[in-house]
Amino acid sequence: MESRAVGARRFFAKLNPTKSDAVIALAGNPNTGKSTVFNGLTGLNQHTGNWPGKTVVLAKGNYRYKNKQITVVDLPGTYSLLANSADEQVARDFICFGKPEATVVVVDATCLERNLNLALQVIEMTPKVILCVNLIDEAKRKKIEIGYQKLAALLGIPVVPTAARDKVGLNTLKEAIHQMVFAHKHPRPQPIRYSREIEAAVAQIQKELEPYLQGTIDPRWVALRLLDGDITIITEIKKYLQAKETAEAEQMELGASGLKVVKCHK
Amino acid sequence: MGNTEIALACLPIGHRAQVVKVGTEGLTRNRLLDLGLVPSTVVEAVRKSPAGDPVAYNIRGAIIALRSEESRLITVRPLA
Repeated sequence: MESRAVGARRFFAKLNPTKSDAVIALAGNPNTGKSTVFNGLTGLNQHTGNWPGKTVVLAKGNYRYKNKQITVVDLPGTYSLLANSADEQVARDFICFGKPEATVVVVDATCLERNLNLALQVIEMTPKVILCVNLIDEAKRKKIEIGYQKLAALLGIPVVPTAARDKVGLNTLKEAIHQMVFAHKHPRPQPIRYSREIEAAVAQIQKELEPYLQGTIDPRWVALRLLDGDITIITEIKKYLQAKETAEAEQMELGASGLKVVKCHK
Repeated sequence: MGNTEIALACLPIGHRAQVVKVGTEGLTRNRLLDLGLVPSTVVEAVRKSPAGDPVAYNIRGAIIALRSEESRLITVRPLA
């Protein structure tokens, strides 16, 4: 019985043999042309693999850009990362525990509003996010104009318009990924602020969580999930931290006892 | 404003309404919120399936079919 989190790490290790310089994840709603972006980036250098313990198929591929070998993981298309389904859980766990060097969120330019929900959820987990606004050719046909610079400023992350079907913008996307991963240009998106009650609760839980997470996973995000009532995240984090521990040659006992305290606290 | 609030299930085809409250719980609630069905969203009843249930709604640019089990628990304010 292998936990998803441990599975994620294995999977990640398999994906990232020494020849690859970075792993990036592709996330997005269904029907946003995510797979077209994936194919456009990787060409024919791809394989599909099964996520350990789940019947969710993941595709991974490689490309070279500016002398760097990049591995791309195509996550299942989801509307959310709140782990309501196996697909969502896999996508969430990969971004959370797989620790990709960057996550590209592909959104549909003709339906930005509904797509940005996922983008905001990813931004809440990691700041290393690039927004790829795909299908701009269709948006143009529908006379939809998008203020990319304004969008980038509002979200606080790089925004790249693409029409992956016609290979438009893919080089700009590769450059944006390159900049983020190798020039260490990490964006600092503004965290989403919730109502005063929620923020007060988050602050309280976050403080308690910090010693246990030890900078591995964003404590604010975990606090929000706990407030959501998502108990599964505790088990996943516990497994993740334990796996990490054993891998780092049994140091101190953290995770196990500690997270039980948090559970009670909640 | 001042309009009566009804269940989404009672919205006639071709009519539009603004979401007031999503009264479902747990997983369905999350799913509906993820689909963009949050308070103040404008929804349009597009068409009924032959059996009358589910009904297709236009929610933020996508057509989503909802069963009456769900739509009964969503409170909306019809728009003129």
